[in-house]
Amino acid sequence: MNELTADNLQLWRGEQHVLRGVGVVVDGGQCLQVTGANGAGKTTLLRALCGLTPLDAGRICWRGSDIAIDREAFHSELNYLGHDNGLKADLTAAENLHYAAALRRPVRAPQIAAALAHTGMAEVAGQLLRRLSAGQRRRVALARLVLTGGALWVLDEPGSNLDASGQAVLLGLLQQHLAAGGAAVVATHQGLDLPAAQLRSLTLQ
Amino acid sequence: MSAPRVGLAGAAAALIARDLRLALRRAGDTLQPLGFFLVVTTLFPLALDPQLSLLRDIAPAALWVGALLSSLLALDLLFREDAHDGTLEQLALCGLPFQLLLLAKTAVHWLLTGLPLVLIAPLSAIALGAPYRSMPGILAALLLGTVALSLIGAVGAGLTMSVKRNGSLLALLVLPLAVPVLIFGARATALAIAGEPLAAPLYLLAAIAVLAATLAPLALAAAVRIGLE
Repeated sequence: MNELTADNLQLWRGEQHVLRGVGVVVDGGQCLQVTGANGAGKTTLLRALCGLTPLDAGRICWRGSDIAIDREAFHSELNYLGHDNGLKADLTAAENLHYAAALRRPVRAPQIAAALAHTGMAEVAGQLLRRLSAGQRRRVALARLVLTGGALWVLDEPGSNLDASGQAVLLGLLQQHLAAGGAAVVATHQGLDLPAAQLRSLTLQ
Repeated sequence: MSAPRVGLAGAAAALIARDLRLALRRAGDTLQPLGFFLVVTTLFPLALDPQLSLLRDIAPAALWVGALLSSLLALDLLFREDAHDGTLEQLALCGLPFQLLLLAKTAVHWLLTGLPLVLIAPLSAIALGAPYRSMPGILAALLLGTVALSLIGAVGAGLTMSVKRNGSLLALLVLPLAVPVLIFGARATALAIAGEPLAAPLYLLAAIAVLAATLAPLALAAAVRIGLE
Protein backbone atom coordinates (compact mmCIF):
# COMPACT_ATOMS: atom_id res chain seq x y z
CA MET A 1 0.00 0.00 0.00
CA ASN A 2 1.18 3.50 -0.76
CA GLU A 3 1.65 5.23 2.54
CA LEU A 4 2.56 8.69 1.37
CA THR A 5 1.60 10.02 -2.03
CA ALA A 6 1.80 13.48 -3.44
CA ASP A 7 1.10 14.57 -6.95
CA ASN A 8 1.70 17.68 -8.94
CA LEU A 9 2.98 19.79 -6.06
CA GLN A 10 3.35 23.42 -7.07
CA LEU A 11 4.84 26.13 -4.95
CA TRP A 12 5.87 29.67 -5.75
CA ARG A 13 8.12 31.82 -3.64
CA GLY A 14 7.50 35.29 -4.99
CA GLU A 15 8.72 35.14 -8.59
CA GLN A 16 10.47 31.84 -8.09
CA HIS A 17 8.74 28.60 -9.05
CA VAL A 18 10.26 26.31 -6.43
CA LEU A 19 8.24 23.12 -6.73
CA ARG A 20 7.22 22.46 -10.30
CA GLY A 21 4.82 19.55 -10.41
CA VAL A 22 6.72 17.29 -8.02
CA GLY A 23 5.22 13.86 -7.38
CA VAL A 24 6.09 11.55 -4.50
CA VAL A 25 5.19 7.94 -3.73
CA VAL A 26 6.53 6.17 -0.66
CA ASP A 27 5.37 2.75 0.54
CA GLY A 28 5.74 1.27 3.98
CA GLY A 29 9.26 -0.11 4.39
CA GLN A 30 10.61 2.27 1.78
CA CYS A 31 12.86 5.28 1.91
CA LEU A 32 12.63 8.11 -0.58
CA GLN A 33 15.93 9.87 -1.02
CA VAL A 34 15.54 13.44 -2.20
CA THR A 35 18.59 14.90 -3.89
CA GLY A 36 19.27 18.06 -5.81
CA ALA A 37 21.61 21.00 -5.92
CA ASN A 38 21.60 23.60 -3.16
CA GLY A 39 18.51 25.73 -3.55
CA ALA A 40 16.69 23.10 -5.62
CA GLY A 41 13.88 23.02 -3.07
CA LYS A 42 14.63 19.91 -1.00
CA THR A 43 13.83 21.54 2.31
CA THR A 44 10.78 23.24 0.83
CA LEU A 45 9.50 19.90 -0.44
CA LEU A 46 10.05 18.22 2.92
CA ARG A 47 8.34 21.02 4.80
CA ALA A 48 5.46 20.92 2.35
CA LEU A 49 5.13 17.16 2.85
CA CYS A 50 4.89 17.76 6.60
CA GLY A 51 2.19 20.36 6.09
CA LEU A 52 4.34 23.20 7.41
CA THR A 53 4.46 25.10 4.13
CA PRO A 54 1.17 25.60 2.29
CA LEU A 55 1.13 24.63 -1.37
CA ASP A 56 -0.17 26.59 -4.31
CA ALA A 57 -1.47 23.42 -5.95
CA GLY A 58 -1.27 19.68 -5.49
CA ARG A 59 -2.44 17.19 -2.96
CA ILE A 60 -0.63 15.15 -0.33
CA CYS A 61 -2.21 11.96 0.95
CA TRP A 62 -1.26 9.82 3.90
CA ARG A 63 -2.77 6.33 3.82
CA GLY A 64 -5.19 7.49 1.17
CA SER A 65 -6.59 10.55 2.92
CA ASP A 66 -5.65 14.14 2.30
CA ILE A 67 -3.36 15.45 5.06
CA ALA A 68 -5.08 18.83 4.98
CA ILE A 69 -8.30 17.18 6.16
CA ASP A 70 -7.00 15.42 9.23
CA ARG A 71 -3.75 17.17 9.96
CA GLU A 72 -3.51 16.05 13.57
CA ALA A 73 -3.92 12.35 12.78
CA PHE A 74 -1.19 12.65 10.15
CA HIS A 75 1.13 14.57 12.46
CA SER A 76 0.70 12.02 15.24
CA GLU A 77 2.41 9.48 12.96
CA LEU A 78 4.95 11.89 11.55
CA ASN A 79 8.42 12.48 12.90
CA TYR A 80 10.22 15.46 11.40
CA LEU A 81 13.85 16.32 11.86
CA GLY A 82 14.71 19.58 10.16
CA HIS A 83 17.83 21.70 9.89
CA ASP A 84 17.23 22.88 13.43
CA ASN A 85 17.35 20.10 15.96
CA GLY A 86 14.33 21.29 17.89
CA LEU A 87 16.19 21.06 21.19
CA LYS A 88 16.59 23.70 23.88
CA ALA A 89 20.13 24.87 24.57
CA ASP A 90 19.44 25.48 28.26
CA LEU A 91 18.16 21.97 28.98
CA THR A 92 20.27 18.87 29.35
CA ALA A 93 20.16 16.17 26.70
CA ALA A 94 18.01 13.94 28.89
CA GLU A 95 15.63 16.78 29.82
CA ASN A 96 15.26 17.70 26.18
CA LEU A 97 14.24 14.17 25.31
CA HIS A 98 11.91 14.01 28.29
CA TYR A 99 9.98 17.11 27.25
CA ALA A 100 10.03 16.27 23.55
CA ALA A 101 8.68 12.79 24.18
CA ALA A 102 6.03 14.14 26.56
CA LEU A 103 4.34 15.73 23.55
CA ARG A 104 3.94 12.36 21.89
CA ARG A 105 3.91 9.38 24.17
CA PRO A 106 4.58 8.53 27.78
CA VAL A 107 8.20 7.55 28.34
CA ARG A 108 10.22 6.63 31.39
CA ALA A 109 13.75 7.56 32.32
CA PRO A 110 15.24 4.17 31.35
CA GLN A 111 13.83 4.55 27.84
CA ILE A 112 15.43 7.96 27.54
CA ALA A 113 18.74 6.57 28.74
CA ALA A 114 18.46 3.69 26.27
CA ALA A 115 17.73 6.05 23.39
CA LEU A 116 20.73 8.20 24.27
CA ALA A 117 22.93 5.12 24.59
CA HIS A 118 21.69 3.97 21.21
CA THR A 119 23.11 7.07 19.55
CA GLY A 120 26.25 7.05 21.69
CA MET A 121 25.24 9.99 23.85
CA ALA A 122 24.85 8.23 27.20
CA GLU A 123 27.84 10.02 28.69
CA VAL A 124 26.54 13.51 28.04
CA ALA A 125 22.94 12.83 29.11
CA GLY A 126 23.24 15.23 32.04
CA GLN A 127 25.00 18.03 30.20
CA LEU A 128 23.37 21.21 28.99
CA LEU A 129 22.90 21.11 25.28
CA ARG A 130 24.74 24.39 24.78
CA ARG A 131 27.91 22.67 25.98
CA LEU A 132 27.68 19.96 23.30
CA SER A 133 29.15 20.11 19.82
CA ALA A 134 26.96 20.39 16.73
CA GLY A 135 27.46 16.71 15.96
CA GLN A 136 26.55 15.69 19.49
CA ARG A 137 23.39 17.79 19.33
CA ARG A 138 22.48 16.05 16.10
CA ARG A 139 22.93 12.71 17.83
CA VAL A 140 20.62 13.83 20.64
CA ALA A 141 18.06 14.77 17.98
CA LEU A 142 18.47 11.28 16.49
CA ALA A 143 17.86 9.85 19.96
CA ARG A 144 14.57 11.75 19.97
CA LEU A 145 13.71 10.03 16.70
CA VAL A 146 14.35 6.65 18.34
CA LEU A 147 12.28 7.59 21.36
CA THR A 148 9.25 9.10 19.67
CA GLY A 149 9.04 6.75 16.68
CA GLY A 150 6.23 7.33 14.20
CA ALA A 151 5.33 5.59 10.96
CA LEU A 152 6.73 8.32 8.70
CA TRP A 153 10.10 9.92 9.18
CA VAL A 154 10.89 13.10 7.29
CA LEU A 155 14.57 13.91 7.72
CA ASP A 156 16.28 16.98 6.32
CA GLU A 157 20.02 16.42 5.98
CA PRO A 158 20.03 14.10 9.00
CA GLY A 159 23.73 13.39 8.57
CA SER A 160 24.88 17.00 8.82
CA ASN A 161 27.71 17.43 11.35
CA LEU A 162 27.81 13.69 12.04
CA ASP A 163 31.11 11.80 12.01
CA ALA A 164 31.53 8.38 10.40
CA SER A 165 30.22 6.48 13.38
CA GLY A 166 27.32 8.91 13.63
CA GLN A 167 26.47 8.20 9.99
CA ALA A 168 26.51 4.49 10.79
CA VAL A 169 24.14 5.05 13.71
CA LEU A 170 21.81 7.02 11.44
CA LEU A 171 21.85 4.31 8.79
CA GLY A 172 21.17 1.67 11.44
CA LEU A 173 18.16 3.64 12.71
CA LEU A 174 16.83 4.02 9.21
CA GLN A 175 17.24 0.30 8.51
CA GLN A 176 15.41 -0.63 11.71
CA HIS A 177 12.63 1.81 10.91
CA LEU A 178 12.18 0.44 7.39
CA ALA A 179 12.38 -3.18 8.56
CA ALA A 180 9.52 -2.43 10.97
CA GLY A 181 7.41 -1.26 8.03
CA GLY A 182 7.96 2.47 8.49
CA ALA A 183 8.33 4.92 5.64
CA ALA A 184 10.92 7.66 5.32
CA VAL A 185 11.68 10.71 3.21
CA VAL A 186 15.29 11.80 3.50
CA ALA A 187 16.94 14.80 1.88
CA THR A 188 20.65 14.17 1.68
CA HIS A 189 23.67 14.66 -0.50
CA GLN A 190 25.35 11.54 0.79
CA GLY A 191 24.36 8.22 -0.69
CA LEU A 192 22.19 6.04 1.52
CA ASP A 193 23.53 2.52 1.75
CA LEU A 194 20.17 0.76 1.58
CA PRO A 195 19.03 -2.22 -0.54
CA ALA A 196 17.60 -1.16 -3.90
CA ALA A 197 14.19 -2.58 -2.99
CA GLN A 198 13.93 -0.18 -0.06
CA LEU A 199 15.26 2.88 -1.80
CA ARG A 200 13.53 5.25 -4.14
CA SER A 201 15.06 8.45 -5.30
CA LEU A 202 13.86 11.80 -6.44
CA THR A 203 16.08 14.46 -7.91
CA LEU A 204 14.89 18.03 -7.82
CA GLN A 205 16.06 20.42 -10.52
CA MET B 1 3.44 0.99 15.03
CA SER B 2 0.84 2.89 16.99
CA ALA B 3 2.20 3.52 20.46
CA PRO B 4 -0.02 4.83 23.25
CA ARG B 5 -0.51 8.56 22.91
CA VAL B 6 -0.28 11.18 25.58
CA GLY B 7 -3.33 13.30 26.25
CA LEU B 8 -3.47 16.99 25.56
CA ALA B 9 -3.48 17.83 29.27
CA GLY B 10 -0.29 15.83 29.87
CA ALA B 11 1.45 17.40 26.91
CA ALA B 12 0.43 20.91 27.91
CA ALA B 13 1.58 20.29 31.48
CA ALA B 14 4.95 19.06 30.21
CA LEU B 15 5.27 22.12 27.99
CA ILE B 16 4.50 24.45 30.88
CA ALA B 17 6.97 22.56 33.10
CA ARG B 18 9.63 22.87 30.40
CA ASP B 19 9.17 26.61 29.99
CA LEU B 20 9.13 27.19 33.74
CA ARG B 21 12.34 25.22 34.11
CA LEU B 22 13.95 27.23 31.32
CA ALA B 23 12.77 30.45 33.00
CA LEU B 24 14.29 29.30 36.27
CA ARG B 25 17.63 28.73 34.55
CA ARG B 26 17.52 32.35 33.40
CA ALA B 27 16.17 33.88 36.56
CA GLY B 28 17.74 37.25 35.69
CA ASP B 29 15.82 37.59 32.44
CA THR B 30 12.69 36.26 34.06
CA LEU B 31 12.67 38.77 36.89
CA GLN B 32 13.33 41.78 34.67
CA PRO B 33 9.69 42.71 33.89
CA LEU B 34 8.81 42.45 37.55
CA GLY B 35 11.71 44.65 38.60
CA PHE B 36 10.74 47.10 35.89
CA PHE B 37 7.18 47.33 37.24
CA LEU B 38 8.35 47.81 40.79
CA VAL B 39 10.88 50.50 39.91
CA VAL B 40 8.63 52.47 37.56
CA THR B 41 5.66 52.54 39.92
CA THR B 42 7.76 53.52 42.93
CA LEU B 43 9.55 56.28 40.98
CA PHE B 44 6.33 58.28 40.73
CA PRO B 45 6.03 59.05 44.44
CA LEU B 46 9.68 60.12 44.44
CA ALA B 47 9.27 62.44 41.47
CA LEU B 48 5.99 64.02 42.55
CA ASP B 49 5.03 66.32 45.38
CA PRO B 50 4.44 64.13 48.40
CA GLN B 51 0.74 64.97 48.61
CA LEU B 52 -1.45 61.98 49.23
CA SER B 53 -4.33 63.26 47.11
CA LEU B 54 -2.04 63.82 44.10
CA LEU B 55 -0.49 60.37 44.44
CA ARG B 56 -3.89 58.75 44.69
CA ASP B 57 -5.01 60.54 41.56
CA ILE B 58 -2.14 59.22 39.48
CA ALA B 59 -1.96 55.77 41.13
CA PRO B 60 -4.30 54.01 38.65
CA ALA B 61 -2.41 55.37 35.65
CA ALA B 62 0.99 54.51 37.11
CA LEU B 63 -0.03 50.97 38.06
CA TRP B 64 -1.63 50.16 34.74
CA VAL B 65 0.92 51.72 32.44
CA GLY B 66 3.56 49.89 34.48
CA ALA B 67 1.68 46.60 34.17
CA LEU B 68 1.17 47.08 30.44
CA LEU B 69 4.81 47.86 29.71
CA SER B 70 6.14 45.12 31.95
CA SER B 71 3.89 42.58 30.22
CA LEU B 72 5.28 43.82 26.91
CA LEU B 73 8.89 43.41 28.05
CA ALA B 74 8.74 39.63 28.31
CA LEU B 75 6.66 39.10 25.15
CA ASP B 76 9.59 39.47 22.84
CA LEU B 77 11.05 36.19 24.03
CA LEU B 78 7.81 34.24 24.15
CA PHE B 79 8.09 32.51 20.78
CA ARG B 80 11.23 33.84 19.19
CA GLU B 81 13.70 31.42 20.69
CA ASP B 82 11.44 28.45 20.10
CA ALA B 83 11.06 29.52 16.48
CA HIS B 84 14.82 29.85 16.17
CA ASP B 85 15.83 26.47 17.61
CA GLY B 86 13.11 24.46 15.88
CA THR B 87 11.13 23.46 18.97
CA LEU B 88 8.13 25.42 17.69
CA GLU B 89 8.11 23.27 14.53
CA GLN B 90 8.15 20.18 16.70
CA LEU B 91 5.22 21.62 18.61
CA ALA B 92 3.32 22.29 15.39
CA LEU B 93 3.95 18.74 14.19
CA CYS B 94 3.28 16.75 17.33
CA GLY B 95 -0.30 15.92 16.39
CA LEU B 96 -1.99 17.79 19.23
CA PRO B 97 -4.13 20.92 18.78
CA PHE B 98 -1.56 23.64 18.11
CA GLN B 99 -3.68 26.52 19.39
CA LEU B 100 -4.03 24.87 22.79
CA LEU B 101 -0.31 24.19 23.07
CA LEU B 102 0.33 27.84 22.27
CA LEU B 103 -2.24 28.75 24.89
CA ALA B 104 -0.16 26.73 27.36
CA LYS B 105 2.89 28.79 26.39
CA THR B 106 0.86 31.95 26.90
CA ALA B 107 -0.13 30.67 30.32
CA VAL B 108 3.57 30.48 31.14
CA HIS B 109 3.96 34.12 30.14
CA TRP B 110 1.18 35.02 32.57
CA LEU B 111 2.62 32.82 35.33
CA LEU B 112 5.97 34.57 34.98
CA THR B 113 4.86 38.18 34.49
CA GLY B 114 1.15 38.56 35.32
CA LEU B 115 0.83 36.54 38.49
CA PRO B 116 4.01 37.83 40.22
CA LEU B 117 2.98 41.34 39.24
CA VAL B 118 -0.38 40.88 40.97
CA LEU B 119 1.45 39.56 44.02
CA ILE B 120 3.82 42.52 44.35
CA ALA B 121 1.31 45.16 43.22
CA PRO B 122 0.22 45.92 46.82
CA LEU B 123 3.72 47.21 47.46
CA SER B 124 3.49 49.66 44.56
CA ALA B 125 -0.09 50.55 45.43
CA ILE B 126 0.91 51.46 48.97
CA ALA B 127 3.82 53.51 47.67
CA LEU B 128 1.28 55.39 45.56
CA GLY B 129 -0.88 56.11 48.56
CA ALA B 130 -3.70 53.66 47.94
CA PRO B 131 -5.60 52.84 51.14
CA TYR B 132 -5.52 49.25 52.41
CA ARG B 133 -9.23 48.76 51.89
CA SER B 134 -8.75 49.29 48.15
CA MET B 135 -6.34 46.35 47.77
CA PRO B 136 -8.88 43.61 46.94
CA GLY B 137 -10.34 45.73 44.16
CA ILE B 138 -6.94 46.69 42.75
CA LEU B 139 -5.72 43.09 42.79
CA ALA B 140 -8.90 41.73 41.21
CA ALA B 141 -8.59 44.25 38.39
CA LEU B 142 -4.92 43.45 37.87
CA LEU B 143 -5.61 39.72 37.93
CA LEU B 144 -8.15 39.98 35.11
CA GLY B 145 -6.20 42.63 33.27
CA THR B 146 -2.90 40.77 33.18
CA VAL B 147 -4.63 37.65 31.83
CA ALA B 148 -6.06 39.71 28.99
CA LEU B 149 -2.71 41.43 28.40
CA SER B 150 -0.84 38.12 28.14
CA LEU B 151 -3.36 36.76 25.64
CA ILE B 152 -3.44 39.89 23.48
CA GLY B 153 0.32 40.23 23.64
CA ALA B 154 0.91 36.62 22.64
CA VAL B 155 -0.83 37.22 19.30
CA GLY B 156 1.50 40.14 18.64
CA ALA B 157 4.49 38.04 19.68
CA GLY B 158 3.39 35.29 17.30
CA LEU B 159 3.05 37.73 14.42
CA THR B 160 6.46 39.30 14.97
CA MET B 161 8.46 36.25 16.06
CA SER B 162 10.39 35.97 12.81
CA VAL B 163 11.15 39.70 12.59
CA LYS B 164 14.56 40.70 13.83
CA ARG B 165 14.62 43.54 16.34
CA ASN B 166 10.89 43.24 16.76
CA GLY B 167 10.55 45.20 20.00
CA SER B 168 9.08 48.41 18.63
CA LEU B 169 6.93 46.64 16.05
CA LEU B 170 5.55 44.45 18.80
CA ALA B 171 4.71 47.53 20.90
CA LEU B 172 3.00 49.19 17.94
CA LEU B 173 0.88 46.09 17.34
CA VAL B 174 -0.01 45.25 20.90
CA LEU B 175 -0.43 48.59 22.68
CA PRO B 176 -3.46 49.82 20.68
CA LEU B 177 -5.20 46.49 21.26
CA ALA B 178 -4.46 46.74 24.96
CA VAL B 179 -6.11 50.15 25.32
CA PRO B 180 -9.49 48.78 26.52
CA VAL B 181 -7.72 46.81 29.24
CA LEU B 182 -5.89 49.95 30.27
CA ILE B 183 -9.07 52.07 30.36
CA PHE B 184 -11.20 49.65 32.38
CA GLY B 185 -8.34 48.55 34.57
CA ALA B 186 -7.40 52.09 35.51
CA ARG B 187 -11.06 52.96 36.04
CA ALA B 188 -11.57 49.98 38.35
CA THR B 189 -8.44 50.94 40.28
CA ALA B 190 -9.57 54.56 40.61
CA LEU B 191 -12.97 53.46 41.92
CA ALA B 192 -11.33 51.07 44.37
CA ILE B 193 -9.11 53.83 45.72
CA ALA B 194 -12.09 56.18 46.02
CA GLY B 195 -13.98 53.46 47.88
CA GLU B 196 -16.81 53.32 45.34
CA PRO B 197 -18.41 50.22 43.78
CA LEU B 198 -16.23 48.93 40.99
CA ALA B 199 -18.24 46.00 39.67
CA ALA B 200 -18.90 47.56 36.27
CA PRO B 201 -15.30 47.96 35.08
CA LEU B 202 -14.39 44.60 36.66
CA TYR B 203 -17.10 42.85 34.65
CA LEU B 204 -15.88 44.55 31.52
CA LEU B 205 -12.32 43.47 32.27
CA ALA B 206 -13.56 39.92 32.82
CA ALA B 207 -15.43 40.08 29.52
CA ILE B 208 -12.28 41.21 27.72
CA ALA B 209 -10.28 38.41 29.34
CA VAL B 210 -12.85 35.78 28.32
CA LEU B 211 -13.08 37.15 24.81
CA ALA B 212 -9.29 37.15 24.50
CA ALA B 213 -9.07 33.59 25.87
CA THR B 214 -11.57 32.48 23.24
CA LEU B 215 -10.22 34.25 20.18
CA ALA B 216 -6.51 34.71 20.88
CA PRO B 217 -5.54 31.01 20.57
CA LEU B 218 -7.01 30.83 17.06
CA ALA B 219 -5.34 34.03 15.92
CA LEU B 220 -2.15 32.94 17.64
CA ALA B 221 -2.02 29.55 15.89
CA ALA B 222 -2.65 31.20 12.52
CA ALA B 223 0.04 33.83 13.17
CA VAL B 224 2.65 31.30 14.30
CA ARG B 225 1.93 28.98 11.35
CA ILE B 226 2.59 31.89 9.00
CA GLY B 227 5.82 32.55 10.85
CA LEU B 228 6.87 28.92 10.48
CA GLU B 229 6.40 28.86 6.70
